[in-house]
Amino acid sequence: MTRRPIHFYQVGSFAVGNRLLSDGERTVQSDAARTNSIDSGHRACQGCGEALGARYALDAAMRATGNRVVAVNATGCLEVFSTPYPETSWRIPWLHSLFGNAPAVATGVAAALRVKGRDDVRVVSQAGDGGTVDIGFGALSGMFERNDDVLFICYDNEGYMNTGVQRSAATPPAARTATTEVVGPHPGNAFGQGKDLPRIAMAHDVAYVATATVADLHDLEAKVERAMQFRGARYLHILVPCPLGWGSDSSETIHVARLAKETGLFPVFEAEYGVVTSVSKIRRVTPVEEYLKLQRRFAHLFGKNPRPDIVTHLQEIANRNIERYGLRDEEVVAPRHARTEVEV
Amino acid sequence: MLAQIEGSRAVAETVALCRPEVVCAYPISPQTHIIEAVGVMVKEGRLAPCEFINVESEFAAMSVAIGASATGARAYTATASQGLLYMIEAVYNAAGLGLPIVMTLANRAIGAPINIWNDHSDAMAVRDSGWIQLFAETNQEAADLHVQAFRLAEELSVPVMVCMDGFILTHAFEGVDLLEQSFVDSFLAPYDPRQVLDVDHPVSIGAMVGPEAFEEVRYLAHLRQLEALERIPAIAAEFTAATGRHSGGLIHSYRAEDATTIVVAMGSVLGTIKDAVDIRREAGESIGVVGITSFRPFPSAQVREALGHASQVVVIEKAFSIGHGGILATDVAMALRGSDCVIREVVAGLGGRPITRQSLERLFYRVEQGEVESLLFLDLDVDVVNREVERMRSTRHSGPSAENVLRDLGEPRVGQVS
Repeated sequence: MTRRPIHFYQVGSFAVGNRLLSDGERTVQSDAARTNSIDSGHRACQGCGEALGARYALDAAMRATGNRVVAVNATGCLEVFSTPYPETSWRIPWLHSLFGNAPAVATGVAAALRVKGRDDVRVVSQAGDGGTVDIGFGALSGMFERNDDVLFICYDNEGYMNTGVQRSAATPPAARTATTEVVGPHPGNAFGQGKDLPRIAMAHDVAYVATATVADLHDLEAKVERAMQFRGARYLHILVPCPLGWGSDSSETIHVARLAKETGLFPVFEAEYGVVTSVSKIRRVTPVEEYLKLQRRFAHLFGKNPRPDIVTHLQEIANRNIERYGLRDEEVVAPRHARTEVEV
Repeated sequence: MLAQIEGSRAVAETVALCRPEVVCAYPISPQTHIIEAVGVMVKEGRLAPCEFINVESEFAAMSVAIGASATGARAYTATASQGLLYMIEAVYNAAGLGLPIVMTLANRAIGAPINIWNDHSDAMAVRDSGWIQLFAETNQEAADLHVQAFRLAEELSVPVMVCMDGFILTHAFEGVDLLEQSFVDSFLAPYDPRQVLDVDHPVSIGAMVGPEAFEEVRYLAHLRQLEALERIPAIAAEFTAATGRHSGGLIHSYRAEDATTIVVAMGSVLGTIKDAVDIRREAGESIGVVGITSFRPFPSAQVREALGHASQVVVIEKAFSIGHGGILATDVAMALRGSDCVIREVVAGLGGRPITRQSLERLFYRVEQGEVESLLFLDLDVDVVNREVERMRSTRHSGPSAENVLRDLGEPRVGQVS
């Protein structure tokens, strides 16, 4: 593997622009022949992380399979904003059944395809964090355990945004939601709760588990492509900021997602058969304040009666993630605007 | 081929003849013998290509069937009681999506108190779901109905539930004439889905529908059930022509044509009722029976025609709407509205309580004597009920009624609580 120096033109972001990559490495979205699996005109909010994540994930899955993907969708924002009757944004076969059964429906689709001898057609099942970590959890664990040939994608916006921003088991501690209000001595969501679905998925020993954010869409696409190289159950957990539920500016979706990773609050990694195989190193370890201050759901930690104790607690969670996954990049201590290297 | 086999086995063998492509199930008594038998056949390769999916819940069982059916596979599952309730959201969904899944329901009571024995509370709980519900009287009919169910479901794109009494039928060994593969193949064409997830012709299935069209979509589901009222007897007639057996159809009449009193019921209890009716006939009563095979769609016109000449109708049912009364009786009353016919509602056989010929004879005698009021609970132990009512009246902390009743009885009489 050779290395060639490149410039980070997107100053401060550390993202690599398409223009600097060879054709084969460029994003699916840069290809005029992309499938537009989710077509434009849907009803997602401005700055919706889920719409962005789903578009990249499904188009990447389409490219990886020669355009042979069937999608199953749980109830939720993605389902609602993509199919307001009588319109649909889906240009791929798409089935929505219920909120809590998307993994099992996908099992049925995969079983039928097997019976029909259609090994070429692959199944992607998708849900928000509620449909994944809460109401769909039993069905998802069953699908993992049976090792059904399904890629399950969770678009994690850390709450029930479609119903008006309520707390899910993916809502972070201290975050304000409509059911974890900013009242009492412990404002926002409780500490010591919640489910870490990627690790739970790994505990099932499924072939592939990965996390990603919409800040690094190239990485997201690569993980979808990698996932499609395996047969059996696979899990992709994508952090998708929700401007509405998080109280972040709709122009800041990518920035917020990037800081979730750069603080260590959202570790980005890959695992195969229960073992972590790669992590996305943090380029510039960022204090959690920088991430939290962009979101009104954490505003109560700062304002007139700041809660540095809670911020410290959140920083400890980030630090633990950094240690657990080895997220600190020992090699690259890159100041902003720096020239560095990437593997090519 | 005549065989002396268990009802569950007969159903499993018949389902196998229907060449299911995806079978999924979660075990629950008294459905287990059916899915165990199908599972063996799939694992042996007898049904290839067919997938048998061991799921983690009934909710997943119906969900897998939904996914498989929407992908063009013939999907089958079976459940009972709590299992049906656990999957109820998906049961409605399958009907709403118009997916022709066939499911055996081994009818069983619903807890609490937990009870594994037979009644029809489970089927009644999903009567408005949009599924066609066919009730088998015998194991022969239970087996035969499955072939007709797949045919009906796939013709109309409506899911069909074949209801057979738990234990009474599922676990009973009797002679069943199993169908030949060649006949089933001729009777039941390969599944040709009306809608399918196909990468070459992508469609969105399960889109959100608002007030502007929801009523129309629902009404179309109703129209398909009305169409089933035509197709159910037609398919049964075709079946009879080929096999010589009278399985299926909307209703079955027995000595009812000239009867002034007609008993209406569903399922296996019809056999006992016929025996009791024969005896009352010998005693000179003008009494007959109408069995309802198709509960949904409810054949109102046929029921009116079969009952219209009677002066009184006794509806015996193994379920009731708590706080109201008979469920089947309500449907029968609606079918008979405008007539002078008097309707007696009799709730019987709850939680597996035997409905004996002697009890029925006594009931029919009392009906004839005008001693039966509009709603009767057959063989109800009034003393035990009164003791608990009094206990609850006098003691705030009277404790759980089920345990109190069992204690009052001295020992568990109607099965053991586990």
